Amino acid sequence: MGEKAKLFDKDALNRIIMRIAHEILEKNKGTQGLCLIGIRNRGAYLAKRLRESIETIDKATVPVGVLDITLYRDDLTLIAQQPLVHKTEIDFDITDKNLVLVDDVLYTGRTVRAALDALIDLGRPKCIQLAVLIDRGHRELPIRADYVGKNVPTAQKEAVEVRLAEVDGVDEVVIVEKD
Amino acid sequence: MPVAWTRKDLLGLEDLSKEEIELLLATAESFKEVSTREIKKVPALRGKTVVNLFYEPSTRTRVSFEIAAKRLSADVINIATETSSVRKGETLIDTGKNIEALKVDIIVVRHNYSGAAAMLGRHVKASVINAGDGWHEHPTQALLDIFTLKEKLGRIAGLNVSIVGDIAHSRVARSNIWGLTKLGAKVIVCAPQMLIPLAIEQMGVEVTSDIDEALSNADAVNVLRMQFERDEENAFPKQLEYFKDFGITQERLEQAKKDIIVMHPGPLNRGVEIASDVADGANSVILEQVTNGIAVRMAALFLVAQANENISHDNID
Repeated sequence: MGEKAKLFDKDALNRIIMRIAHEILEKNKGTQGLCLIGIRNRGAYLAKRLRESIETIDKATVPVGVLDITLYRDDLTLIAQQPLVHKTEIDFDITDKNLVLVDDVLYTGRTVRAALDALIDLGRPKCIQLAVLIDRGHRELPIRADYVGKNVPTAQKEAVEVRLAEVDGVDEVVIVEKD
Repeated sequence: MPVAWTRKDLLGLEDLSKEEIELLLATAESFKEVSTREIKKVPALRGKTVVNLFYEPSTRTRVSFEIAAKRLSADVINIATETSSVRKGETLIDTGKNIEALKVDIIVVRHNYSGAAAMLGRHVKASVINAGDGWHEHPTQALLDIFTLKEKLGRIAGLNVSIVGDIAHSRVARSNIWGLTKLGAKVIVCAPQMLIPLAIEQMGVEVTSDIDEALSNADAVNVLRMQFERDEENAFPKQLEYFKDFGITQERLEQAKKDIIVMHPGPLNRGVEIASDVADGANSVILEQVTNGIAVRMAALFLVAQANENISHDNID
C-alpha cells in the first residue's frame, strides 16, 4: 500500500481533538451525565484523549468505556482473517447517560451499527452521539456523525489510516492507496 | 500470541500448540464479561445450531455447554443417548451423519470410547467439540482449570501443580497434563500405585504416591473425583481407606503453601477425595471453575464455528 497524502500531523490532530471536546461540551451543556465510549482499537485511545481535553477545558472527569464490537459484526463469516475477540470494558451503568461513541474513521457505517447494538444490549442510554476523526464517505447504512474532525472525500480503493502514538508510535493521519 | 484458530474441531489439548491454547484462554477472558451483564447474550453465533450429543451421563458439562451456546445466541438441542435411537443400535457415525443432515453447525460429543470425538470429526462437516472421550481427553475441563489457575495466580509458567486421584482413568488428568506442561508448569501426579498408568512420566510429569510430598511445594492441587463407577478391575481402595491416604484435608493443607489453590472438576465426593471443610474453604476455587467453564466453552464454540466457515471439507469422509 502506497502512501498518497498526509492529512494531519501531531499538532493538527491535537487541535482537532480539542475542538471536538469543545463541541461535545457545548452540545451537552457540560459534563453532567456525559460518558465517552471508544470503539476498539483506536477509538478507545481517541476517547481517552478526548477525556483529557474535556478535563483541561471543564475541570471535570468523564467516565470512559471501551467497546469491542467483534461479536456484533455482520461480516464475521465473510472475513478470512479472524479478528481476535477483545474485552468490552464499560464499568459504569450506561442507562440514562449521554453517551458519545468515539471512533477513528467513519466509512460504511457498519461498525457503528454493530456498536449501537452492543451498547443497547448493555442498557438504555438517554442518547448516543457519534464522534469521529475522519468521515470518508461511502456509507452503506443511514448513519451520520455528530462530531467530525474532518470530512475527507475518498475513493473506494483508498484507505484512511489513523496512526496514534499509543499503538503506532506516531500521531498522524494519512491516505493510502490499496494495491 | 496473534495466531489464528484454523481447526474445525476441538478434540484435545495434545494436538494444540502453546499459542493455540493461549488464544483459547485469551478469547475466554474476553467472553467472561458477557456473563456479568444484565442481558447475558451476544449475537456472535446467531443462526448457528449446536447439538449436545452425550453418550454418558453429564449434568454440569452439558449444562455449561448449553449456557455457553445460548449466551452466543446459538440454538441448542440436547440428545441423551439413553432415550434416543442409539438404543436401537445406530452407530456413532450414522448418528453424526443424521445430525449433520439436520444442518447442524457444531456437535458437542461425550462418549465412553477414547477417540470417539476424533472419529466423528473426520466424518462430519460440522465442527466437533470433545466433551470427554473415554479415558483420553476432556479439553474444555482442562482449559477451564488452567483459566482459573491463571486468573488466580497470574501465570502458568513455572507453577507447581499437583494432580491427585485416579490418574489412570482420568481424561481430565490427561488434558490437564498436556495443557499445563505446554504452558510451562511443572506437574506432579499423585495416586495409589494401581491408579498410575504405565509410562505416565513420558508425558513430562513427576509421579508420587505420597500425598504430603505432592502437596509440599504445590501452588495448586487439582483433586480428581474417585470414579467408583469405573472400577471394573477392582483396583480402587475402599473409600475410607482412600480418604485416609489421599484425601485432601485441612490438616494436610496446613503443611502446604498457605495460598495453595484447591481445584476439583466435580461432582464432589465429600469425605472421599476431599474433606468438606476444604471444599468449602478459603483455598477452594471449585465454584469459580464452574463459572469460568462458561467463558471457556463460549470461546471454544466461537473459534471452531469461525474456523469452519473458512476451511475446505474435502477430507471429510
